[in-house]
Amino acid sequence: MSSVIDTEVPGSADLEQEVERRRRELAELEAKLAAWNETTGATAQRDDTDFTTVSGQPVRALYTPLDTQGDDYIADVGLPGEYPFTRGPYATMYRTRLWTKRLFSGFATAEETNERYKFLLARGTTGLSVAFDFPTLMGYDSDDPMSEGEVGKCGVAIASLADMETLFDGIPLDRVSVSMTINGPAIMLYCFLLVAAEKQGVPFEKVTGTIQNDILKEYQAQHAWIYPPKPALKIITDVFEWSSAHAPKFNTISISGYHIREAGSTAVEELAFTLKNGFTYVEEGMARGLDVDEFAPRLSFFWDVHNDFFEEIAKFRAGRRIWARHMREIYGAKRPESWRLRTHAQTAGVTLTAQQPHNNIVRVAYQGLAAVLGGTQSLHTNAMDETLALPTEHAVRIALRTQQILAFETGVPNTIDPLAGSYFVESMTDELERQAEEMFAEIDDLGGVVAGIESGYFQARIARSARRFQDEVEANSRLIVGLNSFQEEGEADIEILKIDESAGESQGRRLAALRQTRDADAVERTLAALTEAARADENLMPPMLDAVRSYATLGEIRSALESVYGRFQEPVAF
Amino acid sequence: MVERKIRVLVAKPGLDGHDRGAKVIAASLRDAGMEVIYTGLHQTPEKIAATALQEDVDVVALSILSGAHMTLFPRVLNLIRENGMDDVLITGGGIIPQEDVEELQALGIGRLFGPGTATGEAATYIQEWFLANRADDEV
Repeated sequence: MSSVIDTEVPGSADLEQEVERRRRELAELEAKLAAWNETTGATAQRDDTDFTTVSGQPVRALYTPLDTQGDDYIADVGLPGEYPFTRGPYATMYRTRLWTKRLFSGFATAEETNERYKFLLARGTTGLSVAFDFPTLMGYDSDDPMSEGEVGKCGVAIASLADMETLFDGIPLDRVSVSMTINGPAIMLYCFLLVAAEKQGVPFEKVTGTIQNDILKEYQAQHAWIYPPKPALKIITDVFEWSSAHAPKFNTISISGYHIREAGSTAVEELAFTLKNGFTYVEEGMARGLDVDEFAPRLSFFWDVHNDFFEEIAKFRAGRRIWARHMREIYGAKRPESWRLRTHAQTAGVTLTAQQPHNNIVRVAYQGLAAVLGGTQSLHTNAMDETLALPTEHAVRIALRTQQILAFETGVPNTIDPLAGSYFVESMTDELERQAEEMFAEIDDLGGVVAGIESGYFQARIARSARRFQDEVEANSRLIVGLNSFQEEGEADIEILKIDESAGESQGRRLAALRQTRDADAVERTLAALTEAARADENLMPPMLDAVRSYATLGEIRSALESVYGRFQEPVAF
Repeated sequence: MVERKIRVLVAKPGLDGHDRGAKVIAASLRDAGMEVIYTGLHQTPEKIAATALQEDVDVVALSILSGAHMTLFPRVLNLIRENGMDDVLITGGGIIPQEDVEELQALGIGRLFGPGTATGEAATYIQEWFLANRADDEV
């Protein structure tokens, strides 16, 4: 056999020759490129753009092998499904399973949203994603004075297990995976869902889905918080701990860059803040004494997909590589499932314009394409009217069809990570990783994520980037079609969904009836047990499930815990 | 006439957490030379009215992206008028359908700015309103 090996491996003299040949090639390229820059004037440019990404990263006229010569293919790029996962979290990617077409929706009452879900399921959506109204997002009952005017407006109102049962009436929770955008009161809504499944006869271990449960980005960007960071992190760790034993198929967190970006951050801030938040959750779990390989495989991510096509694709790729490297090298995770970053993506709502709203269909299509080229596991495509109101069925259908055209007509999903090896995309991936690492060091210097939140570092940084972008748009150095360029007189009107004001009243009646018919003693007893568990610093999941089974409301559970934990005070700056 | 700075309260009533617009507007009004107070998220109408009185502002600019504008704008307007602040401009912005804008303006709310507004437009509106209505006030 040795003779066969001898013929395949070059001798050391051959190897030296090969290295020399490669070195000469790059030197020659370098010289040619310098001449090319001189003669073609690579610095020459049209005057309607400054050739930076939407986040302000400079983009050169041309990328060549010189830009990727530092990359070691196996160590830095590799194969899909293998460390460091740059090319994708799974070996077969879309060849065996397309991304989940998951449209975020919810409005008015549980009953009306249940009908919309059935409409979506009948048209080929493959996962549900619940949008809650603001009272639910903040943990208030629909009949709380703080909720006035807000019930059912931006999502569906869910104030108790009874509402959750109605929301999934006729939808089998062992077959349809449910993603819930909920953070401050995530543990409450998670318990509502688990018990609703239990009532359908579905055991916890068969329930699939995701809760967003990412409180750190709430303080940084989205602002649906309840308790201060420390108890909030304790509750999240309770969810990790309990779920790894009892609901192993459920994604217990979706660490989200989406809201950070929508609030105005740059791509690299989105990347770095989100991953750093992720590392913080890992550190919390490990500090509890959990084995990192027990809970890390259930962590999932959620990226925004903004307008800058290649920057976004590079962001997805860099994110996977950074996560894998830190999980293996710094946190010592042993299982590949702990290294692998799986993500949901949503096209950037903030890029949609109220002006010429039909153009938004095109923006969403490009953004969806970037998400798929970036290797997303699931995708929400925005409806064209979302900057004006909650979407109509017509607008939602176009958004869903946009994904189906991408999946079945374009041929894009046929091969895995087709942009790998592009000098530009690889070098942008490297650059985003480098800048994210710099930002991690900066956050460490501040004392970590929680210290950064308390001092307002993240909030101020995001606000500054938002202001920079707005200034660029107003100075017309960044063109937005229909907004600061190519405007039309007399905009075409589009149909707008109006939410019936009656949702508040009917929710109020439903809650009043619930409070009449439930076993008041059981509610009181289970809430007391929950408060006691919080005082004793025990895992809150078991007593919370009991409180939910007794039909304690969201607001009652919120208040019970607030009596122990207090509430978050926002550092205000602009 | 004594030159004085226009005092503006930028406020986020209700439960929605979208403060990107409020912060961009607050910073741009400040850069336009106004004195800007921003009190953070989740403010009740009562709190906003109390702050307006305490800070003796000329303008209250509300940002609402939650769909609750038909409840919150009239509530703030009434509370501020009950405080005897009849000459305070109540303006704002957010995701507000045109027919709702017209209904709110009929109640006495000023201009309401939608998505895509240039910040300068809001600043100019406030300055012009001030010159027409308040510039002759005793300081």
